[in-house]
This record gives sequence, structure tokens and C-alpha cells, in this order.
Amino acid sequence: MQDSPTPKIRLRGLRKAFGPKQVLDGVDLEVRARHSMVILGGSGSGKSVTIKCILGLIRPDAGVIEVDGADVTRLNRRDRAALMDRMGMLFQNGALFDSIPVWENVCFKLLAQRRISRAQARDHAAEALAQVGLAASVGDLSPAELSGGMQKRVALARAIAARPDIIFFDEPTTGLDPIMGAVIDGLIVDCVERLGATAVSITHDMASARRIGDDAAMIHGGRIVWTGSAEALGRTGNAMVDQFANGEREGPIRMELRK
Amino acid sequence: MSAVLDVVATLGRAVLGALARIGRLALFAGEALSCLVRPPFALRQFRQQFIEIAYFSLPVVALTALFTGMVLALQSYTGFARFNAESAIASVVVLSVTRELGPVLAGLMVAGRIGAAMAAEIGTMRVTDQIDALTTLSTDPMKHLVAPRLLAATLAMPLLVIVADIIGVMGGFLVAVFKLGFVAQAYLDATFDVLELMDVVSGLVKAAVFGFVVALMGTWCGYNSRGGAQGVGQATTTAVVASSILILALDYVVTAAFFSE
Ligand SMILES: Nc1ncnc2c1ncn2[C@@H]1O[C@H](COP(=O)(O)OP(=O)(O)OP(=O)(O)O)[C@@H](O)[C@H]1O
Ligand SMILES: [Mg+2]
Repeated sequence: MQDSPTPKIRLRGLRKAFGPKQVLDGVDLEVRARHSMVILGGSGSGKSVTIKCILGLIRPDAGVIEVDGADVTRLNRRDRAALMDRMGMLFQNGALFDSIPVWENVCFKLLAQRRISRAQARDHAAEALAQVGLAASVGDLSPAELSGGMQKRVALARAIAARPDIIFFDEPTTGLDPIMGAVIDGLIVDCVERLGATAVSITHDMASARRIGDDAAMIHGGRIVWTGSAEALGRTGNAMVDQFANGEREGPIRMELRK
Repeated sequence: MSAVLDVVATLGRAVLGALARIGRLALFAGEALSCLVRPPFALRQFRQQFIEIAYFSLPVVALTALFTGMVLALQSYTGFARFNAESAIASVVVLSVTRELGPVLAGLMVAGRIGAAMAAEIGTMRVTDQIDALTTLSTDPMKHLVAPRLLAATLAMPLLVIVADIIGVMGGFLVAVFKLGFVAQAYLDATFDVLELMDVVSGLVKAAVFGFVVALMGTWCGYNSRGGAQGVGQATTTAVVASSILILALDYVVTAAFFSE
């Protein structure tokens, strides 16, 4: 595998405000093709908003979003749909459809694109569920009957079922036990290394970040304040990143707590 | 002077805000309608919604119509008791039910049952990111959620109103014959003498319009809900109140269009 010179995703000057609150204040970021990027940052720093902007779910106030070198902020309906066909997203809260059973959730995109029939979908769902450590019988349950961690894993299976080219994971291992977390990390690495996908993950778990990330970026104050190798997290030499990665109270990042 | 300007500015802002909202609603409706002519169509969703609206609303609508017809017969008897009572009561019942009360009461019932459910379901999907998830799963939420509901409600309401018409007239008939002691055949003859095709047609047109309005307000309020359980509750209330008011207002508009020469 060789690196292509154009980054898979490039953000330039991305800005987004909700009312008076400037959440993104000029985000610049490059994600290499067939690599895994981990985004770090405090709670409420705009990580989820950033990837929702890339997906076109939130319209940024200003800035350029390029995918494969082409600006995607002003696509028409058909081109946006074609782009969406190549992307996958694991939402922070799972966002499973509670009106349909788990198996239909997992195969939703394949069914929507008519790549498989409803008869094939059950078997396909069973395979996808096995990958995230769930029994085939889970497929017949409704999402409301699952535990939080199980919902997360079903949502993950749904996000990768259609083999997307670009995958976004919003806190993939939050709420999972450590062993299952490691299994899921392995699955994400698999998507990148075996299937050649490009992954962007948000995580608060440093061990997980080092396992799944090639590169890492830290967002703070509406900007990317650091990018570097994920392996070096915790000893990067950047005071802010090291404080965050090691979870120290004292450092350049001040939590806005009222004393 | 500045106080006057303040009032004018406030009024202007309110008017502009309302106009902007109406514009967005129109765009929303236009987008949903365009989904009905662009394949692929969400047939499963349409069928599910159609059954939910047409079939499961039958008991409520039928009961409402039955009692309305019965009350109409009883009420008009006090007024028309002296002479020619059969034909007077029969025509009051059949004309009020087919032209007005059938479609309006069925519309209000469906607004409470279906409009509320649509707003709550779609609103919950909005605040739990399920609508965004649809988009990432190669499914247009307008096509998957909104368009089937609009079409199903618009087609199901006239069917419901046909049933309501029949049952409402039957309610009046039962009271006239078994309580007021009229001759069954004479009452029926009087009913069909006075009834014209236009009465039924105008009622069915109203029904289709009301069905569209209920589904439009339900999906629109749900689609634009914000901020968790409270936002969904608010969306549901707004959907029911707005569609009920619109039903009564549009009832006047359609009546005027049909019956003003
Ligand atoms: N739809 C919205 N409307 C208004 N404000 C929003 C909206 N979405 C996000 N925000 C605000 O944007 C900020 C960033 O939110 P975001 O969800 O991106 O945080 P995050 O970095 O993902 O945090 P976490 O790690 O807790 O998930 C928050 O302060 C939030 O209040
Ligand atoms: Mg988040």
C-alpha cells in the first residue's frame, strides 16, 4: 500500500457557531487515505460537530471540506447521495432505529441500496453481529431490549456493514468492558488495514487511541491545537496534549469549574 | 416616538418570522411531494402508515360519527316536531354529516391520533440522531418518513369519511326509527331524496385536504423538534393544535369554494 499525496479528507478554516457560541473556530485537519485518525478533546469541544460537518449533517458557517481533493460543501442532491454511499458513521448514542429489529438495523444500508434481499439480510446480519461479539439470536430483538454496550456494538456493526470507504466512529468503545473494547478496537484496525478504509475516530480512552490510531489530533478552543503520531500520545512534548492524555488536573487546560 | 418605532419593529419582526416559517413549511411540503414522483418509493412505509391511519382509526371515527348522527336526529326533532318531521330530520342529518361533521370530526380525531403520533415518533427520531443516521445509511428521510405519511393520510382520510358518513346517517336513522317512532322506509326515502352527489364529493375533498394537513403538521413539527423529551412534547402539542385550527379554517375555504354561487 502506498500513500496517495492528496489527503482523503482535508478541512480548512471550518467554523460553526450555535447562537452566540463559537464551537468551531477555524479547524484545519488532514486525514491520510487508508489511515486511522483519532480526534481528542475535552467534552463539548466540538469533536462530534466536526465529523457531522464532514458528513454534511451540519452545515458549517464557513470553511472548506475536501474529500479526495474535491470540495463537498456545496454538492447537489445526487452527488451528496453518492458520497454518502461511501461513508459510514457510528453515532455517539448509537441512533439505532427502534421501530425495526436489530437485523434490519444492521443491514439497513445494504437493503436501502438494494445490494441484498431481505431474505439474505438475516444471515448477513448474523455474520456482522458475530464480528462485534453478539449472538445471531440478538438479531431478532428490538434495539430497546439491548443493554447500552450491546446497542453500541449493533450500531458499530451497522456502520461498517456496507464496507464504507470512509468511516467515522464517535466514541466506539465508551460503555464497553475493557476486553470488548479491545475487540472493537481490533475490528476498527481491521477495517483500515484489511479493507483499506479511512477511519476517523473520537475517543476519550488513551489506550484505545494508541491502538486504533495512526495519527492523532487534539481540538481545543475550536481549533486543532496539535497533530502527530497516535503512538506518542502521553509523551508528545506538547504540554496540552500530555496533560489531556495523562489526565492531569494541573496544566495549560483549565476546566471551567466554579470553585 | 421611539416607543412607536419599537412597536412597529416588534410587529415587523413577528410578521417576518411568520412569513419565514410559512416559506420553510412550503419548501418542506414541496420537497416531500417531489419525493412522490422520484423513485425509489418507500412502499413498505406507505403500506404500514396506510393501515395505521385507515384501519386503526376506524373505531374512533365510527364511534364519533355514530353519536353525532344520533344527537343530530334528537336535536332537530325538538325543532321540527310539528310537521313534516321525517323529511326535515333526515335531511338535517344526512347533509350535516356528509358535508360538515363527517370530515371535520374525523379530521379532528385523526389529528389527535395520527398527527400526534407522527410528531412524537419523528420528533424522537430527530432528537436521538436517528434522522441523521438515515441520511448516513443512504436513505432520504423525506422519502422514507415524510412522503409516505403525507400520501397515506391524504388517501386514507376519504375512506374513513365514507365510513363515517354511512355510520353517521345510520345513527340518525336508529334514533328516528326506534326512539322517535318514525317509519323506516319514509325516513330512508327522505334521506336519499335530499342527498346529492356534490354533498358527498365536497366532504371527501375536505377529507383529503384534512388528511394532508394533519400529516404535514405532524411530520413538520416532528422533523423540526429540538432539545430532548420536552421538545418532542412541544412538537406534539403544536402539531395537534395547529392541524385542528387549520382543519376548521380550511373547512370554511373548501365549503366556500364548493357551495358559493
Ligand atoms: N444542535 C446543536 N445545537 C446547539 N448547540 C450544539 C448542537 N450540537 C452541539 N452543540 C454545542 O456544540 C458544542 C460541541 O458539541 P459536540 O457534541 O461536538 O461536543 P463533543 O466534543 O463531541 O463532546 P463529547 O466528548 O462530550 O461528546 C457543545 O458545547 C454543544 O453545546
Ligand atoms: Mg461528542
